[in-house]
Amino acid sequence: MSQNGRPRTLFEKVWNTHIVREQSADAPAVLYIDLHLVHEVTSPQAFSMIRDRGLKVRRPDQTIGTMDHSTPTTPRNELGIIPVADAMAAKQLDTFTKNCDDFGIPMYALGDEHQGIVHVIGPEQGLTQPGMTIVCGDSHTSTHGAFGALAFGIGTSEVGHVLATQTLLQNRPHTMAVNVEGKLGEGVTAKDIILAVIARIGIGGGTGHVFEYRGEAIRSLSMEGRMTVCNMSIEGGARAGMVAPDDTTFEYIQGRQHAPQGADWDAALARWRQLPTDDGAAFDQEISLRADELIPMITYGTNPGMGMPIDAAVPAPEDERDINRKIALEKALAYMDLAPGQQLLGKAIDVVFIGSCTNSRITDLRQAAQFMQGRKVADSVRMMVVPGSQQVKRQAENEGLHEIFRAAGAEWREAGCSMCIAMNGDQLQPGQYAVSTSNRNFEGRQGKGGRTFLASPLTAAASAVAGSVTDPRAMLAGLN
Amino acid sequence: MEKVKRISGSIVSMPVNDIDTDQIIPARFLKVTDKQGLGKAAFCDWRYLEDGETPNPEFVLNRPEYRGASVLIAGNNFGCGSSREHAPWALLGAGFKAVISTDFADIFRNNALKNGLLPIIVDADTQQQLFSLAEEDPSTSVSVDVDAQTLTLPDGRAVSFPLDGFAKYCLLNGVDQLGYLLALDDEVSAYESGHPQRVMTTA
Ligand code: SF4
Repeated sequence: MSQNGRPRTLFEKVWNTHIVREQSADAPAVLYIDLHLVHEVTSPQAFSMIRDRGLKVRRPDQTIGTMDHSTPTTPRNELGIIPVADAMAAKQLDTFTKNCDDFGIPMYALGDEHQGIVHVIGPEQGLTQPGMTIVCGDSHTSTHGAFGALAFGIGTSEVGHVLATQTLLQNRPHTMAVNVEGKLGEGVTAKDIILAVIARIGIGGGTGHVFEYRGEAIRSLSMEGRMTVCNMSIEGGARAGMVAPDDTTFEYIQGRQHAPQGADWDAALARWRQLPTDDGAAFDQEISLRADELIPMITYGTNPGMGMPIDAAVPAPEDERDINRKIALEKALAYMDLAPGQQLLGKAIDVVFIGSCTNSRITDLRQAAQFMQGRKVADSVRMMVVPGSQQVKRQAENEGLHEIFRAAGAEWREAGCSMCIAMNGDQLQPGQYAVSTSNRNFEGRQGKGGRTFLASPLTAAASAVAGSVTDPRAMLAGLN
Repeated sequence: MEKVKRISGSIVSMPVNDIDTDQIIPARFLKVTDKQGLGKAAFCDWRYLEDGETPNPEFVLNRPEYRGASVLIAGNNFGCGSSREHAPWALLGAGFKAVISTDFADIFRNNALKNGLLPIIVDADTQQQLFSLAEEDPSTSVSVDVDAQTLTLPDGRAVSFPLDGFAKYCLLNGVDQLGYLLALDDEVSAYESGHPQRVMTTA
C-alpha cells in the first residue's frame, strides 16, 4: 500500500515519479525521460531541428543510438565489414553517425559488437530497468515495459523535444489490466498469448491506454517472453504495456553492463520492489484470458487483430455485421488471396522469417533451433533466421544454434530488423506467403505484394519443415 | 509552424478501416534524411500499379474528379501502426490539410497535430454521410474552424469535434511545443537535482 493509503497501479507509480509539471486545463503533463533510444530512420529530421535552432542535446548520457532498421543483414566481407549496397540507406547511416558524433551520443554502429535492434539492445545492456521512463522514435518501444518501465514510441518531432529538453508533453493515458491466468500448454508461447489478446480486443482496442499484463501465465514467462508480449501492445492500440518487476526481472538485469552494482544494486532493488500494483488498485478497464485454453495462434488478414487459433477457419465477411469491418475483411482476404471458411493448416508457404524485436532473442532462437535439430527446411521454403543483436548472434553461435539452422538449410544472418520492415533488401516477392515471427502483417509490410502470417517461432519452425502452415504441437508430440 | 485557423477544401473518401502507416507511406521511403518530397510516396502501393509508376486508375486519388481534394475522409482507426512522422509529412506533401475519421491511433494523432495536419474525430453517422457525399458529388467541400472546433458540412450543419486545448493553442498561434518545453529549463533542472540519474549510457 502506498504512503497516503490509496492503492496505486504500477503505471501510476512510474508516471507520478516523473512529473516535472502536472497536467492542467491548459497543457498536458511534462514528463521526464530517463532513457532515450535513437536509431537512423526516425532521428535525422529531429537532429536537423535542434541544429537549426542552435540547441544541444541536454542529456547525451541518457541517450543511446543503434543502427538497425535500414542496415543489411548479409554476411560480412573478407575485411569483416558488412557492406551497405543501398545508397540512400548508406547516406542515412552516415548522417546518423555524424549526428551522434556531433552531439556526443554513444552509438552502436553497423558491425559493432553491441549493435542490434533498438528494443533488443536496451534490455541486453542492462539499460532498461524497472520504474524508468523510456522513449524511442519507434512504436515497439512498448517492449521495454516488460521490466516495469513506462516505455512508449514517439514521433520525430518528439524525438527532437527529448533530445533538446529530456522531457515530453503527455496527456495521462488510461489503464487496462490484461489478466492471463492458468498455464500455457506445450507448444504454446508468449507470442500466442499476445496474438490472442489482440484478436480479442482488435487493433484499436487499447487506444489511449497503457496495458498491465498480469496473472499466473505472465508471471511464469521468461523476460524474453514478457518482452514479446509487451512488444505487441501497440498492435492492440496501446502505446505502452507493462509487467510488474519480480525476481525473474531482477535476475535478468543483475550483472549486465549498465545494471547498478554493489550498494547501488541493493538500493535499486529496494525501490523496484515497491513498484508492483497495490492490492485493490483500480484500472479503467480489464480483460481476462485463460492461458490453458490457448493453442498456437496465427493471423490470416492484413492487420494483427485478424488472428485466430491455428486450427480455425478463415472468417467470412458476410458474418460481419459492421459494414466497415465487413469491407476491411473482404479487402484483407482479397489481398491475402484466401477464401472465407478456408483452413490455414496445410496452406503452402514460400518463406519463413524468424527475427524482429518481437522474437529474435536467445530464447526464441533456442526454441526454434531445438525444433529444427535433425530436421530440414522443406525444399520449397526459404527460411531466414536473423538474430536481434550482435550479442544474441554471438551467444547463439557459442551454443551452436547457427550450425543447427544451417544444417537444416536455413540462412543465418547478421543482426537487424531485416524482413520485419523490408527496408534493407530482405523482402518478400509479390504474391509470396510467409510465416513470420514479426509483429505486423500490413499489406506490403514485408515487401510489396507479400503476404504475411504472423505466428510464434515454434509455429514458424514447424511450418518451415512442413512447407506449409503447421501446428507445432503435432510435431512436438512426435518428437517426444 | 504556420498558424492553422481555418481550413476549407473538397473531400475525398477512403472508406477503409484501420489504414495503417505502412499504407500511408511504405517503409522503403523512410530512408530520407529530410521531410521533402514525401507527397509522391503517399499511399504509393495503392496509387500505382505493379511497376510502381503507372497510376492505378481505380484508386480514388487518381480519379480526375478528386484532384485537389484536401480533406480525407477515412475509415475507423486511421493511422495505426508505426510511429513514423513521415505519415503526416506525406499526407501534407500530397496536399491534405485534414483527415476525418471516427478515431485515430494515438501516435499518428500526436504527429499530425505537431505538423498542422488536423485529425478530426466525428461520429459514425457523420462519417457515413461524408462518405456518401464524396461519392455522389466529388466537388463537395467542407470547412473547419479550429477555434470553434467545428466542421461545417455542405448542408450548413456544424459538427463539433474534440481538440486538446494545448494542441489548439499551438495550432491557432503557430507555436511549436519545443518552445514551450525549452522555457521550462529551470523546472527540469530542479527535477534532475531532486532525482538521482537512473542510468548512464556513457559509462
Ligand atoms: S524489428 Fe521491426 S518492428 Fe521491431 S524495431 Fe525493427 S522494424 Fe520496427
